[in-house]
Parts: sequence; C-alpha cells; structure tokens
Amino acid sequence: MEDSVYTEQMIASIRKVEATRPKRLEEAKRGYRFDKLSLKDSQELLEKFHPDYITEQKRTLRVGPSKGEILNIEVVNIFEGHSRIFKQYDEFLRRIKSPDYVTDVLIIGGGGAATSAALMAYKNGAKVILATKLRTGDANTMMAQGGIQAAVTPVDSPAIHYLDVIGGGHFKNEPELVEALVNDAPFAIAWLEKLGVMFDRNPDNTMMVLHGGGTSRMRMHSCLDYSGAGIMRVLRDEVKNHPEEIDLLEFSPAVELILNDRGECIGAIVFNMETEEYHVIHAKATVMATGGFGRLHIQDFPTTNHHGATGDGLTMGYRAGIPIRYLGAVQYHPTGAAFPEQIVGLLITEKVRGSGADVVNVDGEKFVFPLEPRDVEAAAIIREATPCENGGKGKGMATSTMYGVWLDSPLIDLLDGEGTIAKKLPAMVRMVNRFGIDMTKDPILVYPTLHYQNGGLVISANGSTILPGLFAGGEISGGVHGTNRLMGNSLLDVVVYGRRSGTSAAIYAKEKFIDWGKPTIQHVFEYEQEIAQFEDIPEDRITPVLLPDYTPEHVKKKQLTTSYSGNLW
Amino acid sequence: MANNDISDNSNVVQSNEVLVTEQTTSKPTTVPIFIMGKRYHVPSTLTILKALEYAGYRLLRGVGCRAGFCGACATVYKTPDSYKLKVGLACQTVVEPEMWVTELPFFPAVKKTYDIEKIPATAEAVMAIYPEIARCVACNSCTRVCPQDLEVMDIIQETLHGNLKKAAELSFDCVMCGLCASRCPAEIVHYNIAILVRRLYNRHLVPNSLELAVRVEELAENKYQNEVDRLKVLDEEQLRKIYSVRPREGSPGVELKTNRIDWDDEIMKGNVK
Repeated sequence: MEDSVYTEQMIASIRKVEATRPKRLEEAKRGYRFDKLSLKDSQELLEKFHPDYITEQKRTLRVGPSKGEILNIEVVNIFEGHSRIFKQYDEFLRRIKSPDYVTDVLIIGGGGAATSAALMAYKNGAKVILATKLRTGDANTMMAQGGIQAAVTPVDSPAIHYLDVIGGGHFKNEPELVEALVNDAPFAIAWLEKLGVMFDRNPDNTMMVLHGGGTSRMRMHSCLDYSGAGIMRVLRDEVKNHPEEIDLLEFSPAVELILNDRGECIGAIVFNMETEEYHVIHAKATVMATGGFGRLHIQDFPTTNHHGATGDGLTMGYRAGIPIRYLGAVQYHPTGAAFPEQIVGLLITEKVRGSGADVVNVDGEKFVFPLEPRDVEAAAIIREATPCENGGKGKGMATSTMYGVWLDSPLIDLLDGEGTIAKKLPAMVRMVNRFGIDMTKDPILVYPTLHYQNGGLVISANGSTILPGLFAGGEISGGVHGTNRLMGNSLLDVVVYGRRSGTSAAIYAKEKFIDWGKPTIQHVFEYEQEIAQFEDIPEDRITPVLLPDYTPEHVKKKQLTTSYSGNLW
Repeated sequence: MANNDISDNSNVVQSNEVLVTEQTTSKPTTVPIFIMGKRYHVPSTLTILKALEYAGYRLLRGVGCRAGFCGACATVYKTPDSYKLKVGLACQTVVEPEMWVTELPFFPAVKKTYDIEKIPATAEAVMAIYPEIARCVACNSCTRVCPQDLEVMDIIQETLHGNLKKAAELSFDCVMCGLCASRCPAEIVHYNIAILVRRLYNRHLVPNSLELAVRVEELAENKYQNEVDRLKVLDEEQLRKIYSVRPREGSPGVELKTNRIDWDDEIMKGNVK
C-alpha cells in the first residue's frame, strides 16, 4: 500500500479491519452479521443522533397551507421566498392569456417519474409537453444504484412488502399510497421488462433479487449497480421515440403554475434558462414530477443528488395551495463516501452492504447490523464516528475535514468468490478507482450523506392533488414512505406514481377538463402578500431556486452585478 | 500567455484565504489551468467540474449528476507533456497543472425513432435503422476516448456480427456522454446504437420472467388483496407487533414455507396490547 491514497493513520486502522475480517467472515457464512436493534432501541438512537432530531437546525414555517410545520431551515426558506415572476406581475398577468404552447398534458420534470408519466399520458391518447430544467434524464433516477423492489418470488407477497414499507416508515405512511405502491410493483417491473430494461437475471431467467435495508424478503431487482441508469436510459429513449406526441422542452424549468378563475390548474410559466425568455404553456392537466431537494444541502450535508435537485415543484405546488406531509423527515444515506475529498458525499450504494460488506469502526469492530432501515443505520454510524466529547463513541476514522467508518467491501469477494465485486458493482469499483482506491482489497471510508426527501406534496393514490388539474408523483410527493424510505422503494415510487399520475392526467384532460376559463396567477399575488408580513424575509430570496450556487466568496465579492436582484437563475 | 492571465495576484491570495477558513488542517496548493483558453488558479485537489465553479463559472450545460452516471460533463483537455487529446468526465477527473480544458456541452447525435415491439433483434434490423454502422473501419478511435473504458468499437463490431447479447453486455456501463461519436470518422453514434441493441436484446432475446408473469396474473385476480386490506385497518400497535415478529428470509434458523403473513389471532382480535 505504498502508493495508497490512504494516510498512515488510515492504513494502521485498515490493518485492524483486516485483523477482524476472518472472524466476521466466519460469522457471515453462518448468516449472522450483527444483532438487529429493537424498535425501542432504534427510536432512542434516532432521537439522539439522527439529524432530523436536531431542533436548532429547524424552524417553524410561517406561511402557506401547512404553516406551523417544523422543517429544516433550508426548506422553510424555499417556501418563505419570493416568486420569480412577482416583480413583473402585471406583465405576466397579461402574458398568461396568450400561450406560447397549448397541450393536453404538461409534465414538469425530466426524471423517472416525469418520463413514466409522459409515456402513460401518451398511451392514454394525450398530446404531451415535457418541460425540464436540464436534459431529459438528468435526475436522481439516473443515479440510483441499488435497485427497485417488487414482491415477485414465491415466498414474498405485496402484503409482506407492505409491512416492510410501513415498518421502515415508522408506521406513519398513508395506507392507500403504500397499497398502490406494493400492488403496482410487479406490474412496474413487467412494464420495464417489456420496454427492454436489462435486469440482472438468474440462470432460469427469473429476476435476480437481493435484500435491502429493512426488507424481510429478497425483492431488490437490479441492473448491477447501474439500476437507475439502466431504467432511466430506456425511459428516455422511449420518450424520444414519440417526437410528434411528446414534445421535450429542455433547459426550461417551470417557475410558477397557472390557474384559472375556477381554481383549476391550467399549465405553467416556464423559463428558458439559455435565452432567459419566459414561455406560457396552457395544459388541460399538469403533472409535477420535479423530484427532491438534496441540492439545498440541508444542515450543510454533502449530497448524493443531481445538480438540479432544488425542490422547485415543492415551491410552486405549495404556493398554489397544496399542503405538505412529512417534509421534516430527511433521508441521510448511511454510506456516502468520506474520503478522498473529491468524492465526499457521493453514494456508496446499499447494495455493497446487501452483498455482504460489514460496517466497522476505526478498530475494525462491528457496531450495527448493516441492513437496518436507513435512518437507523445512519444514526448508528453518526454515533460511532462522533468524538466522545460530542456525545458519540469516538470510534471514527478522522480525515482532514471529517470522521468516517469503514465499509469493509473486500468481505464480498471472500464470501462469494474473487471477482464478485468487479462483476456486481462495476460503477462503484470504477468510481473509487478513479480516486485511487481498490475496493476489492481495501475498505472504503463512509459517513452519512444527504440523500432523499422522504416527505413532500400531499397526493392521493391516483396521483391527484387537491388542486384540480394538478397531479404529482415521485420524490416530490409525501406519505408513501412515511418518515423513512427503504432502499429500492424510490425507483419503484417514480415508476408507479409516474405512471399513475400520467394516466390520471390524460384521463382528466379527456374527461374532466371543462374549458380554459380565465387564466390567473392570483395565488402568486396572495402568497406574496402573506410573505410581506415578515420583514426578515430578504428581497433577494427568489424561489424556486432552480440551481445551486457554488460560486466561491472570492468571486462573488467581485461580481458587482446590480441590474438584477437575487440569483438570475 | 500574459494576455490570457485574468487572475491577478490579489485573487490568488484571496483564493487561499477562502480555503484556509474552509479547511483548517492543510493549505492546498493551487495550480494554473486554462478554461477554454483563459488562465485561472485553482486548488490542485479539485475535479475539473469543481474547478470551473471555483473559477466562477455557473454551469447549466456540462453538469448533471456530478457523480459519473449521467454523461453530461464530457470533457476534452490537453496537458503540456503530450500532443494527444485527453478525455474524461469533468466530475470524475482531477485537474492537472497547465491543462487546457473545455467541456462538450452538447453533441448533435442522430437518434432515430422506432417501435421496439416491432423490430426483430437482429443485426440487419439495427443496420436498417442506423445504416452508418456498416461504415465502421475498426479504427478504435471510439474506444480510446471512452471515459468509462468500454470497448466501444467491439460493441459496434459485435452488433454487426449479430451478437447482440455481447454488444449489450459490453455497453452496459455506457453513460451516453457523446465522446465516442465526436471522434468517429464514420459518423457513427455509438451510444444511440448501443441503447437500441440493449433494448432489443432484453425485449426479444431474453425470455420473460415466468415468475413475474405469474405474480402479475395473481395480482390481476386480486389474490393478495385480502391480506393488504387486513393490514390497512390495523392500528399502529398491532402493526408494530406483526412487524417485529416477521421472519427475515436468509437469517439463521429462518425457513420460509409460505408467502402468507403469520397472522396472530390475538393481535387481530385486539387482545394484545
């Protein structure tokens, strides 16, 4: 290890990990990995160490339909922000009457939920416009690695899947939403199979399935560790097979919804970020599928999320009166990379643990069952790595900026034969290799990273919201996962609720849409009036955020642009 | 060279100050790089993507997942030690001193439309859709620029030889960044052909999962609805009890004989608290 990127202290610690490996291997072969925590112990651990329970990082939301909710400060700020169109309100009021585009169904977003919705809306006879902020497929779906759950084996059933989902979600889940999720799951896999997704298979061509955190049956379907990419590339390809019926508007995020005088959603204002033009789209039905908010860097955590995950749809939907549910519950993926610096926060898929890797501390000792539900697993790692003086166990491995614990990946090859890691986890091997780590020989240093928005806009099982004409699905919605989503249920969520919301929107456009009525953006005006009560809301806090700003201070100090307020994007 | 240098000394000092406050333990060195020909000093540990942002570029094109999965940040660069063009994903490549670098914001690649149900999974079918594939001269330019280190030329050659399975497997890790197509003298768009091949192979040559088909049929007949309905009406305490005792497949001593939930009548009657 002379050429290793690991420091001397890390190498010394790795020696200890290697020393305990034979015993752990022997235990793993017997099926024992560590004792699982009881529900009571889990709850205690969460309350002490999970970031959701740090009250100083949260505050009460003061405006909108769910005011009074206690959320992370970064999330409150997107709701307590000014509309991008308010300064030219009268001009926009005039503009929304003459649309640049008219369609049956408008899909806002470009990931797994949006493309699934687009395909189902098209299948149900609708003309579709899909407007998205970056390229079609630039979304968290593309980055999902581990897999997608569906109860298909003879020892599994949707009911057992239901039980796992609701237990993982701390029994807070909406029963109707979970029911739809688990019942649709096999249909979702069959749909993807038919579209030509390259799932991992057993020799008899049945789907290969694995455990994930919190599952009681092996039901994790995968495409190696490119599961999301395997699905997203196919959905994107299929959406692009119908250019006449599905019109793609890329680099054109929606910035506000348009309602009519009857209070129905009739489309959105989109912003062409390259030409800085605003376009008006009239749609008989609209699907909001903009995903989550990882790029808000809640509590300053690094994130696994893609560049555009800034909670835009939450902002627009909330402003238009849709309440939120469980948005205070944020998922920190237990194993984000903690070293080297270039990959800090990037996802080390749960499939690494699912395939047999242990989580061990600086002394090479196990301290948690490696497949606890994600929030419990993350809290256990935080407790182990936090220095004693801060209330933790002080068993973390220090880097120059943080602490981590070891994910003992070499154990996988010892369990299942040399070459297993390379074969099953090519994306992981490639990623850490690029930064000097051979995960087949050495463990990877990990620490929890901001991963998923557990809650979101309130929807019903067919993807509808309380706003007629507006549907939503995927990470933007709240309720299906309770306060903690299990691995493999978000890819499932985007496909199931993408399909449901797309179908519902097409049916609404065909059967329930009356007429355009008088287009308004009155909801924006009223929301601004509510905001105006609070003097501490800065004038330049413009939301939706659209993109994160990573411009460093030394550059910002010299950017003396005064012609606009707030971030231009 | 001096004309390209837009960063004055004060800028460099400030850069270091910022870093020192952010990372108190070590003071990283900066290196000069040329972003589209303009010189900037950036910390030597940054990826190209973060170096662009550090220099003050606000990215819209050329940035996506930031983790090596989406192919948005295909990048070409040269370093002083070689005349050769180098490639990488900006989010996955660390800067090198004196590198000349630019991202490829977009590549005008033809994507044909097709009905995957109706095309046979054959080389002829692929050639009918993308006839330029036959122009491959096996120069291997595509393979040399693949940031995923895929055998891109072999994907094309295997496809031409009708071995769609092999082509699908070889292209499995493709992030569709466009670099291969940008270098191809035959104007082939490898990644669009590869996704077509993968879809055809999986749709038509891999037999559907019988197990999955059976489950879908069972669900169409509402076979498990009864149990889901029972779960839906349980209160939290009842759910907790059932959840806590559910057996986990593969754990020591667990032998599963059924996919039915082990209903405890006492719980259902509400006698257990």
